[in-house]
Amino acid sequence: MNSRAHILHQVRTALGRSEGQAAPELPPVRLSIPAVSVEARIASMIMRLEALAGRVYRVATPAAARAVVEETLANRTAVASNAPFLEECGIPQLPNVRSGIADRDQLREVCASAAVGISSADYGLADTGTLVMVSSPHEARMISLLPPTHIAVLPCSRLLTGLNQMFALLPSPASMTSSLVLITGPSRTADIEQILVRGVHGPGEIIVVLVG
Amino acid sequence: MPRQFQQHIHETLANRRLQEAIYTATGRLKDARLAVISENVLPEYQELRTQANALKKQAIDHLDYYLEQFQSNVEAHGGHVVFCKDGTEVADFVLSLAKERAAKLIVKSKSMTTEEIDLNERLEHHGLESVETDLGEYILQLAHERPYHIVAPALHKTRYDVADILTKGLNAPRDTVPENQAALARSVLRQKFLAADIGISGANFLVADSGAIVLVENEGNARLTTTAPKIHIAIAGIEKVIPRAQDLAVFLKLLARSATGQLLSVYTSFLSGPRREGEVDGPDEFYVILLDNGRTRLLPNRERRQSLYCIRCGACLNACPVYRKIGGHSFPWVYSGPIGAILTPQFMGVAEEPALPFASSLCGACAEVCPVKIDIPKVLLDLRSEVHKSEARRGKNRAEKLAFAAFGWLMRHPRAYEIGGRFAASLARIAVLNVGPVRAWLSERDLPPPPAHSFRQLWRQR
Repeated sequence: MNSRAHILHQVRTALGRSEGQAAPELPPVRLSIPAVSVEARIASMIMRLEALAGRVYRVATPAAARAVVEETLANRTAVASNAPFLEECGIPQLPNVRSGIADRDQLREVCASAAVGISSADYGLADTGTLVMVSSPHEARMISLLPPTHIAVLPCSRLLTGLNQMFALLPSPASMTSSLVLITGPSRTADIEQILVRGVHGPGEIIVVLVG
Repeated sequence: MPRQFQQHIHETLANRRLQEAIYTATGRLKDARLAVISENVLPEYQELRTQANALKKQAIDHLDYYLEQFQSNVEAHGGHVVFCKDGTEVADFVLSLAKERAAKLIVKSKSMTTEEIDLNERLEHHGLESVETDLGEYILQLAHERPYHIVAPALHKTRYDVADILTKGLNAPRDTVPENQAALARSVLRQKFLAADIGISGANFLVADSGAIVLVENEGNARLTTTAPKIHIAIAGIEKVIPRAQDLAVFLKLLARSATGQLLSVYTSFLSGPRREGEVDGPDEFYVILLDNGRTRLLPNRERRQSLYCIRCGACLNACPVYRKIGGHSFPWVYSGPIGAILTPQFMGVAEEPALPFASSLCGACAEVCPVKIDIPKVLLDLRSEVHKSEARRGKNRAEKLAFAAFGWLMRHPRAYEIGGRFAASLARIAVLNVGPVRAWLSERDLPPPPAHSFRQLWRQR
């Protein structure tokens, strides 16, 4: 008997179940979503991110977002994702910003040396200050991971109240992507004497630009 | 109590610096948890615990169903599932894959499951380099030690210890500033990530309806492990399965809060299969190893089965008055604290670890903080009774049996009880009791001073 058959047989014998026997239906998941106004969501997102030492800018227009990003970059080298919203803001056109990369090895090389990674985000979760990153041709995983600074630019309309609303909208993330990542603040560790150190592997600095 | 267990305990108790380190770290984690589960911050906390318990119960009671569902969904997304009975089978699989792909360097993110089977040692024995990338685990790998705590593995190391370890392990100039130490580890490990052929992770959850694994972390090393190399292997115990992606709305709210007092950990990755068509990055190959390694032994007993609900948050360690004194390395295996006291004897066989179920005062603090409501004291009692039965069969606890028989006889004979009590009190007064087995018992405890008059005497004088 191979290991799979052996283990499943052990499990069934122990539980008194037979092969192919279904599990009783679970009650549907209750995802209560509080009514929170857009303004309150924005305020919560800002408060939560700042509590985690993130920086947040709120601007009115895509052009203003571009200006904030340009100023923040201060001529540092950056790599931008292929997100349509970044294009809408004109961010890939900024000086020293590489964009439009579709090859993994090339992206890896660029991300490994860039000072800043610029992405959009599919959603923001207001009650925890979280960015929701769905991997796709528009958003690579490494841009929000390898460079020491991560800038995320997203419209205010993408702010959800929290996890419950996200799981209500995306009941099955695996059907659309190989990777959904929630990012809540800068990379951190407290492994040495419980002392907080930021940026141990992922970006130590996180800047979110909310547009609209 | 086995000699080694006793010796570790005495060493830990005698080490004042270590005592302070354990007490401070667990205290801080305890307080951090309390701050984020309080009624005004998370009013639905108790309801979430109840739901988490019910979901785990459903998953474990129908484990075969959810494992098969998980497997077929992983395969639908182009991944592979491998069932392994033990550490040897895991190592064989990884070694043969590494050989086929000519892989030399493996990066690893934190996984208690791989600690169970000494995976690094097994792989390095065959000439592969397997590097831990979680900062605490990396430090311990350089020091050749096992984790001290489920979520804070290097809890027992000071920054000065870490400076020594890094200097020795990396030939680097000695630096005692944690920020610089972390930066050094980052730069060394970044090169490893970029050069690695295979990334090995654990999994906090296996999501049956999605064929996905979930990784919860703060540093970003698990993201790098699962993104940079072309091959990703996740290794998880079979009990990690949960029914649905939406159930994460319950578990994610509990896990980080219970572990570190965060609302969410910095990174939560939900990964299913290799990178899809059009995705720019991500691994080309995705494997999930489902490990038994003794878990199926816990299934037949309905009461004990709940031990498998554990989501490895470490809250029971921080709450436990015993763990907070004797620390993580006194425990004989990778799992320490209350959860270790119930998992280890069940994985290894109760006869192998008969002392562990007794390493508890049964105060119930562990059950109170457990996010999935495992009734640890109940399982401990159940295990104790098994230890007693097996020892009685082998005639091991005759003296104890005799003592309790004598005590029972005394309780049934008031006159004898009274004389015996007076006798014992006078012996205690002149400290004659401090001999033999009583001496061992008294070495960690103070006997209250015997009263001048017994209750019975006072009653008569009324």
